[in-house]
Amino acid sequence: MSHADTMTGHSGLMEKPAFSVPAKKMAMWLFIIADSATFAACLVAYGFIRNATPNWPRPFHSITNVAIMTFILVTSSLTMLLAIDAARKADKAAAFRWIMITAAGGAVFAILHIREWMSLIGEGMTLFKNPWGTGLFGSAFFSITGLHLLHVTCGIVALVVVGLRYQGGRYNADDVEITGLYWHFVDLVWMFVVPLVYLLNLGH
Amino acid sequence: MAMTEEHKSNTGKDVVVYLCILAIAGIQFVIAYSNITAGQMLTRMLFLATIEAALAVLFFMHLADNRGLKWFVVIFTVSVILGMQYGWTDSFRLLDGAPWAK
Repeated sequence: MSHADTMTGHSGLMEKPAFSVPAKKMAMWLFIIADSATFAACLVAYGFIRNATPNWPRPFHSITNVAIMTFILVTSSLTMLLAIDAARKADKAAAFRWIMITAAGGAVFAILHIREWMSLIGEGMTLFKNPWGTGLFGSAFFSITGLHLLHVTCGIVALVVVGLRYQGGRYNADDVEITGLYWHFVDLVWMFVVPLVYLLNLGH
Repeated sequence: MAMTEEHKSNTGKDVVVYLCILAIAGIQFVIAYSNITAGQMLTRMLFLATIEAALAVLFFMHLADNRGLKWFVVIFTVSVILGMQYGWTDSFRLLDGAPWAK
């Protein structure tokens, strides 16, 4: 049996990818589904705790910082789409540039987030107590925003690594697109964190 | 393995979706300052956040292009999240000790 015959003979045994999606992209989708459940668990638990606690604090007096953070994160999703588009057109320089702009957007978001944390910590807020009301607020706030910030940080590292490897020829446009899926997911989670954790706790 | 799906360049559409998401986020910020009850605020904000998320999933993550995967992701995610709601409410019942402790 020739090599060609062997290949033809075995090709029928190869299973078609589920939903015509390549395995590594499917793996990212499964991760996103699992991670959605994690964030949903945190946000639902937060909702139950907030609803069951009478003296829930509303410490936020300005939405400027969170509005800027939202704008930066949503815009970084757009720059990620531009990176994927450039990678699909095999425009390596443009794809690398857009990936790095996306990572920079993520870094600015993380810096603003940490600055906000420091401000709240400076006002006396910790994981277990704060000057405004129940100590559960700090636990819920730092857990949810901390988990999101961890995802943003991992995303920045992933973007830089994938960008460099794509430019070096070790990764292709598929890898850029899969990293983009993760980045959009991080953006998507923020769309729920902002109204539930920030806007509903806005002091009037 | 090379991707079997074709990637279409939809930069114009992506920008429109981006502007829609920003506009919806802006509406959420306006609602935050409106004089309504917390329940009404929560309902309106969650509704808008769901629309934002749907736009991001369908167009940014290109789920609209793959019908089979779209339904797989939606049904699987919604089932898991709804299943958790049962677990959370039940955990409150257990926390209160009902019906055994009372």
